[in-house]
Amino acid sequence: MSEGKLERGERGERHDSAPGDEAASGQEFGGGVTGYVVGLLLALALTAGSFYMVSTDLVWGPAIPAALIVLAVAQMGIHLVFFLHITTGPDNTNNVLALAFGVLIVLLVVFGSMWIMDHLSHQLMPMGEMMKRMR
Amino acid sequence: MSGAAAQHRGGGQGGQGKGGDPYRLGHGGGHGHGEATGRGDGGPASKRITTGYGFWIFLLSDIIMFSGFFAAYAVLRGETAGGPGGAELFELPRVAIETGLLLLSSFTCGLGAVATERRNLAWTQIWLLVTGLLGFIFLVLEVQEFAQMIGEGAGPARSAFLSAFFALVGCHGLHVGVGILWCGTMMAQLWSRGFLPAIQRRLMCFNLFWHALDIIWVALFTIVYLMGAGR
Repeated sequence: MSEGKLERGERGERHDSAPGDEAASGQEFGGGVTGYVVGLLLALALTAGSFYMVSTDLVWGPAIPAALIVLAVAQMGIHLVFFLHITTGPDNTNNVLALAFGVLIVLLVVFGSMWIMDHLSHQLMPMGEMMKRMR
Repeated sequence: MSGAAAQHRGGGQGGQGKGGDPYRLGHGGGHGHGEATGRGDGGPASKRITTGYGFWIFLLSDIIMFSGFFAAYAVLRGETAGGPGGAELFELPRVAIETGLLLLSSFTCGLGAVATERRNLAWTQIWLLVTGLLGFIFLVLEVQEFAQMIGEGAGPARSAFLSAFFALVGCHGLHVGVGILWCGTMMAQLWSRGFLPAIQRRLMCFNLFWHALDIIWVALFTIVYLMGAGR
């Protein structure tokens, strides 16, 4: 057993990681003050990119929403890794699985609603037409 | 010496073992048996881990609740009933400042967690204070925006779009308000009782909560403000 491992073990309770647990991720990549600084810089860059995207003519108009979503998803990933310390390590399996389930439900709710409501409004008669026929 | 150390680790008795728990069932298993990996090995996790995990589950369900508001907004964003839309109402400079404030507060909150890990009471308090203040300025700007919109006759009753907007952004603002109260409570508890294990767990949960608010804000300023203000 290596000394480093012993050290981690001896502090106790280091076998699984709670999300956001500073102690567990302090020595790892993305832990400690450095991790927060890196996370802040990346998040700032992505935020600036998002705001720049809507203020410039550099990007083809119809592509802007897709680009914004890509930037937002990237920034959420940055937040998860550098601020919430959700990693792919074995001590994080529970947290990642819970997150994956949450993301699944969020996508189902948002895109399911948009899909269904879009179909509904396609198949509904426009209000003016309905008024005309009810006379 | 090394043999004794091995015995010490393998047996789980002695200094690090808690009395009445020779197999360290409640402490992630013995050190000799490899590390618990979140797949049920090594006995129940410590209270810090179960608390953090439980709070993580709560946050995810909170995010799922937000997804309902996001879905409502996405469906209703075009239903302005002849009233003002996002392009007329949203002021991106203010949103940019709000975004910066919340991101910075997330950063200072993280620095507070590092200070907590180093058991540095003064810096933990300072970073918590900065976090709370940044959150408060964010909230002031948001209330200003709401007041301005309502003053222009674009209140939540004006159209379905504005109802969805105020519900979604207001719900996030409400969370920030609760977070500020929580921040103050944590500062008071730290002040009076110091780094007790229970208070450390609460601090961890507060940090999680605050970072999650920032994640929701990322989705919010992208979908509501940037896409809404698009030309």
